[in-house]
Amino acid sequence: MQPLRMVRSRTVVLPLTNVDTDQIIPARFLTTTTKEGLGRELFSDWRYRSDGTPDPQFALNRPEAQGAQVLVAGRNFGCGSSREHAPWALLDYGIRAVISTEIADIFRGNALKNGLLPVTVDESTAAWLLANPGACVSIDLEAARLELPNGTGVVFPIEAFARHCLLNGIDELGYLRGKLPDIERYESTRASRES
Amino acid sequence: MSASTLFEKIWRAHEVVPESAATPAVLYIDLHLIHEVTSPQAFSLLRSLGLKVRRPDRTLATMDHSTPTQSDQVFGRVPIKIDAAARQVRQLEENAAQFGVELFGMRDARRGIVHVISPELGASQPGMTIVCGDSHTSTHGAFGNLAFGIGSTEVGHVLATQCLLQRKPKTFAVNVEGELSAGVTAKDLILAIIGRIGVSGGTGHVLEYRGSTVRALSMEQRMTVCNMSIEAGARAGMIAPDETTFEYLKGLPRAPQGEAWEASLARWRELKSDPGAAFDACVGIDASGVEPMITYGTNPGMAVPIGATIPECGTDAVAAKALGYMGFRGGDAMLGKPVDTVFIGSCTNGRLEDLRAAAGVLKGRKVAPGVHLLIVPGSQQVKRQAEAAGLAQVFKSAGADWRESGCSMCLGMNGDTVGAGRYSLSTSNRNFEGRQGVGARTLLASPLTAAASAVRGRITDPRELL
Repeated sequence: MQPLRMVRSRTVVLPLTNVDTDQIIPARFLTTTTKEGLGRELFSDWRYRSDGTPDPQFALNRPEAQGAQVLVAGRNFGCGSSREHAPWALLDYGIRAVISTEIADIFRGNALKNGLLPVTVDESTAAWLLANPGACVSIDLEAARLELPNGTGVVFPIEAFARHCLLNGIDELGYLRGKLPDIERYESTRASRES
Repeated sequence: MSASTLFEKIWRAHEVVPESAATPAVLYIDLHLIHEVTSPQAFSLLRSLGLKVRRPDRTLATMDHSTPTQSDQVFGRVPIKIDAAARQVRQLEENAAQFGVELFGMRDARRGIVHVISPELGASQPGMTIVCGDSHTSTHGAFGNLAFGIGSTEVGHVLATQCLLQRKPKTFAVNVEGELSAGVTAKDLILAIIGRIGVSGGTGHVLEYRGSTVRALSMEQRMTVCNMSIEAGARAGMIAPDETTFEYLKGLPRAPQGEAWEASLARWRELKSDPGAAFDACVGIDASGVEPMITYGTNPGMAVPIGATIPECGTDAVAAKALGYMGFRGGDAMLGKPVDTVFIGSCTNGRLEDLRAAAGVLKGRKVAPGVHLLIVPGSQQVKRQAEAAGLAQVFKSAGADWRESGCSMCLGMNGDTVGAGRYSLSTSNRNFEGRQGVGARTLLASPLTAAASAVRGRITDPRELL
């Protein structure tokens, strides 16, 4: 995985709460056996009209949203299904960070494993961002700090190990495989305890 | 040692390496369940790294999400209609064969929804850690274990190491006291709980359902409750094992047998939260006040007692969007609204007791003209049991469409979908926009409410037909 230190971008705003992973990528697109190409179907049922043409009213389709890498959404983003296809679709589309007051557990974990930054902020920061689509923000992963256009910085919580892995391009599976001696020891201790 | 919760006992017993400020815990996984939709990318990861499945003996695969429910497709008399689904099924067959993973494939008598078959085999046991690339893995917590959904990357981690990197979640006690009234089911109870704590009220927490009401629930009812823990945002849901649990497990094919059974029982009896154990959060629910529940919006927290009216949304634009999608208005009564499709099934309500409850309402009655009642058993075993018990005959006589097992219309991946703008009263777990098909409008309720509403062709309080 490529190291990730900074995301600087204009925002695109989805002013909705409880955006579930079925909206991010509807189930009918999960018959794929790879990770690629899902960006085309990101928010499919909101992004396209029934005749398949883009809905110009939808936030991602507006001209000013083109190229935005930071998605701002209402509380509880990514709830519902565990499908990792949701962060895959966001990344494939070009989104690198999601900002909300609350991000659902499984989505957060999946996002971190793929280099999509889940950024949770306080209500007033979120309210400002929701009211100012297209704002230029920068997210400094090393400092775990989101900087707003007026220069104000907001520190956001991020799990220390996931941050370390993202900053250094470390693969978590490599780390976990390094624990194989501990895993083997655990298995043999438990086998003797339970027999 | 100080008083511990059930969750803490299970967590500690599975710590290969405890967490530190810098690193998450390495958590051992006892049982890894796999299905065709979230595993292909994980097997690709293993292949690309030249790794094996470390513990095939702790891994169990089946196909349920994208599989057809029509007998001719299931049994190969005609090809699976959706090419991509057929490819996914083939891919899992190849992966299971190549990596030596046990697979309950398309024509296996033990196939079914992953969260239905593992309990019915006795593979889901107290004290275990269980994961699956599916958020409804919380179902298995009904047996007093720690069971949670994971993404495909983590599926790969478990395949390769039998472990996961995890931060310890917080604990949340859901204390339920009082007796459920006639016509009120476990589904109504969990919808009431989610309505109370909200769809993100459980975020970062493991719920433990406790109290006299929970103790009185059967295993199948407990599974319905734990299943929807994720709809409250929770990492997992669990219920301490008791005689009901042990009675259910005894003699099942994958449950411990003989001396091993006795040894397991002794261990399992210790699996409960100690008196005075502290939880990070708690809520009290009075079960005697719970009515049959139904959802009116586009998340499972938007639920009301069936006799109630839809809340006004005022200036809440998100609620207004939900009502607009549903074609409802604040102040409307739920009772009497027409339904087009009724779906009885899913990992929430596709077990034998659910089908028995539905059959109790449907017996001697007919599905209303113009209504499609789709009944999909949770597993092939449930299907055989329902046929042996005469339930399938009741369904067919009523005019229902009786199928082979699978997730089916819960998420509509396999082509079992509801048309745009149509109303579906569903016993499944999610009423998200488009969940059951593009533009489909889903109302979640119990199997009793579903059956009663299928008979009348409109939303009906099941107590009128009991």
